[in-house]
Amino acid sequence: MRPKGHSIDILSRPLPGIGVCQELQLRTGRRVGIVTRRDGLTDLVIYDAEDPDAAHDRVELAYDEANAIAEILGAPQLVEHLSVQQQQAFGLLVEQLPLAPGSPFAGRTLGDTQTRTRTGASIVAIIRQGTATPSPGPEFQLIANDLVVVVGTKEAIDQVAAILDGSAG
Amino acid sequence: MTIAASEAGAAPHVAVLLIELGAILFGLGILGRLARRLHVPVIPLYLLAGLAFGQGGLLNLSASEDFISVAANIGVILLLVMLGLEYSASELTSSLRLQAPIGLLDGLLNAVPGAVFALLAGWGATAAIALAGITWVSSSGVIAKNLSDSGRLGNRETPTILGVLVIEDLAMAVYLPLLTALLAAGGALSVFIAVAIALVTISVVLVAATRLGEQITSLVSAEDPESLLLGVLGLTLLVAGIAEQLKVSAAVGAFLVGIAVSGTVAETAAEVLAPLRDLFAAAFFVFFGLSTKPGLLLGVLPLAILLTAVCSCTKVATGYLAARRVGIGRRGKWRAAISLIPRGEFSVVVAALAVGAGAQKQLGPLTACFVLLTIGVGAIANRFPDRLRPRPRGT
Repeated sequence: MRPKGHSIDILSRPLPGIGVCQELQLRTGRRVGIVTRRDGLTDLVIYDAEDPDAAHDRVELAYDEANAIAEILGAPQLVEHLSVQQQQAFGLLVEQLPLAPGSPFAGRTLGDTQTRTRTGASIVAIIRQGTATPSPGPEFQLIANDLVVVVGTKEAIDQVAAILDGSAG
Repeated sequence: MTIAASEAGAAPHVAVLLIELGAILFGLGILGRLARRLHVPVIPLYLLAGLAFGQGGLLNLSASEDFISVAANIGVILLLVMLGLEYSASELTSSLRLQAPIGLLDGLLNAVPGAVFALLAGWGATAAIALAGITWVSSSGVIAKNLSDSGRLGNRETPTILGVLVIEDLAMAVYLPLLTALLAAGGALSVFIAVAIALVTISVVLVAATRLGEQITSLVSAEDPESLLLGVLGLTLLVAGIAEQLKVSAAVGAFLVGIAVSGTVAETAAEVLAPLRDLFAAAFFVFFGLSTKPGLLLGVLPLAILLTAVCSCTKVATGYLAARRVGIGRRGKWRAAISLIPRGEFSVVVAALAVGAGAQKQLGPLTACFVLLTIGVGAIANRFPDRLRPRPRGT
């Protein structure tokens, strides 16, 4: 169930004084770009199929409009994207672990799992029905089919998975 | 009777000052709206406005000229501190690493024609150095606005264009002290010292800003916008003043303050300073227009046209080669080439410095013409690359 990291190329181009442009190569061969500007605006760019360097079309998004689109596209994707960046930066992994219906912790609080003290990994968010709760406290109540977002080394994350499954001592 | 007379002596002056100033700002406001409507940069309109109201122009403004002259000085300082704030130290150093060869080529191709023109015209070495700077530097203000308006921020050639602009702005931090020292008519030793001081200061500030940016920044807190505005503005004027006293040029001091301030403070500072910059930079462009005799424009027009023709071609070559170096396609190469043509704020800053220090008087009107022409040529040519038939890469 763990999401595999797809190798989607994200090309990041700094634009000095303006912001940053991130370009994605799609499997269809088309490319889209997102220009994040320091003035708070975001440009959504569809690249030209004929002229590889130019925008075929672009729309300018205000801050709240860009946020709305990001929300629709969803938190899980964001987490996955983060995981790639995190891994590159610190050798840390971010993974989403599903809480199986048979887990001993379904219906119990996050604090009961004691994952941090037992493994060193951190639970940074819980995703429930597509909505993320970032930085959940120890009193946060888990229910079956929650996605538990864990940050840690590969070993620590495997241990957390075992704890949540109930297969760890 | 006597009281009335003395009051009458002071009050009309203030009244005239306010009326002139108000009329100027109101007029500039309308010009700004017009520029926005027409999607043209506002700098040429400010210059034209200044020319229209200057000595021997349509109207004569006498009362407010002193005030505008001070405002113009502050305008230069604010233009440069904002430039420093907009580029983070890491952007500057990475541009320098990646694009140094192009920066060098850009300098050679575009500064040399200016110097040669001035020498051929018999204006002497100092004017030659000044005109070299005037023809060298593209306008980051005009070009960034053009890129954003024409929706090219996401284009692949855009980082290359911006990289050239960053290097030019950095180069100015060395060039301006050199020019200031030359204009002060010092000997070879004082010129050397000024440039050495500038180089050392820039290196120290760049290293300090990349390593210690946070510590420097914590000196001015970002929490309260009002105290931040006063703090950053005060610090900038102070450093600019000291730099001017050391003959390193106030503009360079301001630029370095902008680079040294980083992080959220830089962002907030840029936000609170932007309206002030707009006001005082407008004053600067208008003042430059005001102090240029419109009558002289016609005399320098042939030279300005020649200079525009040559220096547009050299900029096109620079942009084309810069884009080719990073493997940009056919249309993209031409877009990069043409977008670099417009000159603007730096050319005017250099000309104002040179004329203010008593160098060749014709540099003023020549620069006004040159800036207006390059912006015009750039705007007209800007539409051409997208009409080209794209060819597959590598042909």
